[in-house]
Amino acid sequence: MREYTAPDIRAGRLTAAELAANFDDVKPPLDPKRALVESSRCFYCYDAPCIDACPTSIDIPSFIRSIATGDAIGAAETILEANIMGGMCARVCPVEILCEDACVRNHSEDKPVQIGALQRYATDALIAAGGQPFARAASSGKKVAVVGGGPAGLSAAHRLSRLGHEVTVFEAREKLGGLNEYGIAAYKTVHDFAQTEVAFILALGGITVRTGQALGRDITLEALRRDYDAVFLAMGLGGVNALGLEGENMAGVEDAVAYIARLRQAKDKASLQVGRKVVVIGGGNTAIDIAIQSKRLGAEDVTLVYRRGPENMSATHHEQEFAQVNGVRIKHWARPVKLHGHKGAVREIEFEYTQLDGQGRLTGTGETFGILCDTVFKAIGQKLNLALVKDPLNGKASEVLDMAGGKIAINEDFATSLKGIFAGGDCVASGTDLTVQSVADGRDAAMAIDAYLRGEG
Amino acid sequence: MADLRANFVGIKSPNPFWLASAPPTDKEYNVVRAFKAGWGGVVWKTLGEDPPVVNVSSRYGAMHLGPDRMVGFNNIELISDRPLEINLQEIKRVKRDWKDRAVIVSLMVPCEEQSWKNILKRVEETEADGIELNFGCPHGMSERGMGSAVGQVPEYVEMVARWCKQHSRMPVIVKLTPNVTDIRKPAQAAKKGGADAVSLINTINSICSLDLDLMAPTPTVDGKGTHGGYCGPAVKPIALNMVAEIARDPATHGLPISAIGGIGTWRDAAEFMAMSAGNVQVCTAAMHYGFRIVEEMASGLANWMDQKGYATLEDFRGKAVPNVTDWQYLNINFKTIAAIDQEKCIQCGLCHIACEDTSHQAIAAKRVPDGKGGSKRRYEVIEAECVGCNLCYHACPVPDVITMVPQQTGKPYLNWTQDPRNPHRRKAAE
Repeated sequence: MREYTAPDIRAGRLTAAELAANFDDVKPPLDPKRALVESSRCFYCYDAPCIDACPTSIDIPSFIRSIATGDAIGAAETILEANIMGGMCARVCPVEILCEDACVRNHSEDKPVQIGALQRYATDALIAAGGQPFARAASSGKKVAVVGGGPAGLSAAHRLSRLGHEVTVFEAREKLGGLNEYGIAAYKTVHDFAQTEVAFILALGGITVRTGQALGRDITLEALRRDYDAVFLAMGLGGVNALGLEGENMAGVEDAVAYIARLRQAKDKASLQVGRKVVVIGGGNTAIDIAIQSKRLGAEDVTLVYRRGPENMSATHHEQEFAQVNGVRIKHWARPVKLHGHKGAVREIEFEYTQLDGQGRLTGTGETFGILCDTVFKAIGQKLNLALVKDPLNGKASEVLDMAGGKIAINEDFATSLKGIFAGGDCVASGTDLTVQSVADGRDAAMAIDAYLRGEG
Repeated sequence: MADLRANFVGIKSPNPFWLASAPPTDKEYNVVRAFKAGWGGVVWKTLGEDPPVVNVSSRYGAMHLGPDRMVGFNNIELISDRPLEINLQEIKRVKRDWKDRAVIVSLMVPCEEQSWKNILKRVEETEADGIELNFGCPHGMSERGMGSAVGQVPEYVEMVARWCKQHSRMPVIVKLTPNVTDIRKPAQAAKKGGADAVSLINTINSICSLDLDLMAPTPTVDGKGTHGGYCGPAVKPIALNMVAEIARDPATHGLPISAIGGIGTWRDAAEFMAMSAGNVQVCTAAMHYGFRIVEEMASGLANWMDQKGYATLEDFRGKAVPNVTDWQYLNINFKTIAAIDQEKCIQCGLCHIACEDTSHQAIAAKRVPDGKGGSKRRYEVIEAECVGCNLCYHACPVPDVITMVPQQTGKPYLNWTQDPRNPHRRKAAE
């Protein structure tokens, strides 16, 4: 057993100027000239593959042609009609595996049209111009409760309000926005854009917001069913997976999601404590985001360890590369097996090399290595917080909210097993962890709820 | 290496690239820079009688296409606004210093014999190589009875050309305006008047755009605009046709032509010379990119000539003229149809939608398995419906994906005058 010194975790590793630069817009917006050049690269495909690749099916050739002809506002209207969070999606979508991957320019050259950047150009223009391009239909007299004020919930709320329903959004946290506000890497959504977008969505009217209201703590499903004509569950995934290792509660072993939320809410990044040597466990975007942000806060060594190969990581190739250019070391094929501490604080984490056995199953090789560290970030996935939802949801034995794979089961109309209760976004079985998928869910669930409320569902 | 030397109505230049009469040739400073850059000749910006004209501020309009600037260009400038004597002194000096280059002087004076007589004498003293009669400018000067106001009346063209030949020993080039119904008429008149050559086209009457805030044409002069002369790449097809018309008109066949109109590359130059032009004049491209473009024009033309085995300009000059014919002599039995290279196709669908919406419904949009469990787009020509119109070929954004493939029909040449379907067909003599 080696001798460990006290951990080196502290705030203010970098100067204010360095922090400002590190957390500035990672991909600055296009100026009008660049937007013109880039929009002119779009072939204006007929039956364009990029539209198919977008979970919200934005008419991409149409909005790009609007930009090219000097109508950025019209472009934004096209985008927002399909995706009310087109502004945030332009910033956070992994376009390299969605629209830009489908761009036909990839077939004849290696550079797709920068659809994401153009989408940001258009939506920024509309939001800067102010106003709300949509209007509410005549009142239906129906009330809908939306549980969760993240992308799925707000997308549903906006569409439901447009369709003439009165909507109340119940949000557990202080602010709306969900992961847009608490989870996305800071340098992807600068200048408080998440709240700007929330304000834009709410400007439609017809949406009452109640924050600090968590299902199972402050509100019950039973009461919502009683007080509203329909309920849309979109509370995301509140829980995080554990490593299942002894000593996981030691100081310095942190949940990446919670840390990122603190980072996003920090008024002054210099106030954030960050370890000198950081180890991140996981292979998704959260793992990448915490690794890069640790580095950008001034961590000296950041190592991301993933139990399988690069192709198995849910973070895209682009994201992995971005981590590497930020100085993050990525180690594949290793899994954590032991935490070593000193005076209650983690000092080293031991990994076992992994491989696939004859049946393609992941196994340990028996060989291990250790990485000295001040902080271990767990980023191995999120789960539905069953403690919050299970009991209140299934209050009556006669009515059971069906689950599938630890998430809420829904049919093709986003209906759960309970009449009048719909669900979408990350908390449903089919949910991916993409913002854009949650926005699509919210919009489509709203259409299904509207049909239900009008007696067609 | 191909020989680019040109001899146009006895005026020699080291290459066939002249700068047209325009702002780039307004004064000694510019012309010397042009010669240093390698231009074979210049046509000095049009001289008129003193007192010089006065120009307005804000003079150019342009057609931009997306990020492509100056696809079309127009101007409301008048002729040289500098004193005649200064221009003449500079011309004399430039010609003295650049003996191997062509220096032509463009002229525009009132339609009176004495006016022409006076100015011709003074130009001759500069030892310039020739004169070009500006019968073309469609703006400003035409309101004063000059420019296109002359060029649009064949009788005036002939009369002034004759005066110039009578009162000068210099070669006379008549610059034609395209703002006429039939370009052959002024060309015939120029020839009748004794002109050595014609040059064309001058600019086309135009309003480039409106400023939708000012609700006024551009360029806007204190809230108002006027029509100006249009030029640049966009006018090349019009110029090429007009050159062809004169080249194949029996009345003017063989009349030397100096081609002008949207020329900016060696390929443009080669096309005009294949259409019989003895040289070419350039303006807009130089005004866009500077004089250095002549380097790529010269090397491009020489390399193309080398590849084709043309040693001199005369080897290919006019070679396309016999292949320009009237529609009625085209082979009705010729058939070509589109073929799509599926390996190179990027599935943009532009061929399909263009054909489906606006033409012959000859390209089918299909979905086929992509081999990865999904489907991909596939666009297929319906050969029975394809009329060989070329629309898909032009709409396709990727080179070589769509080719037009001539078909073996087994039918002989048959033109419209011979076609039994032609109700006005001339019957063979009994």
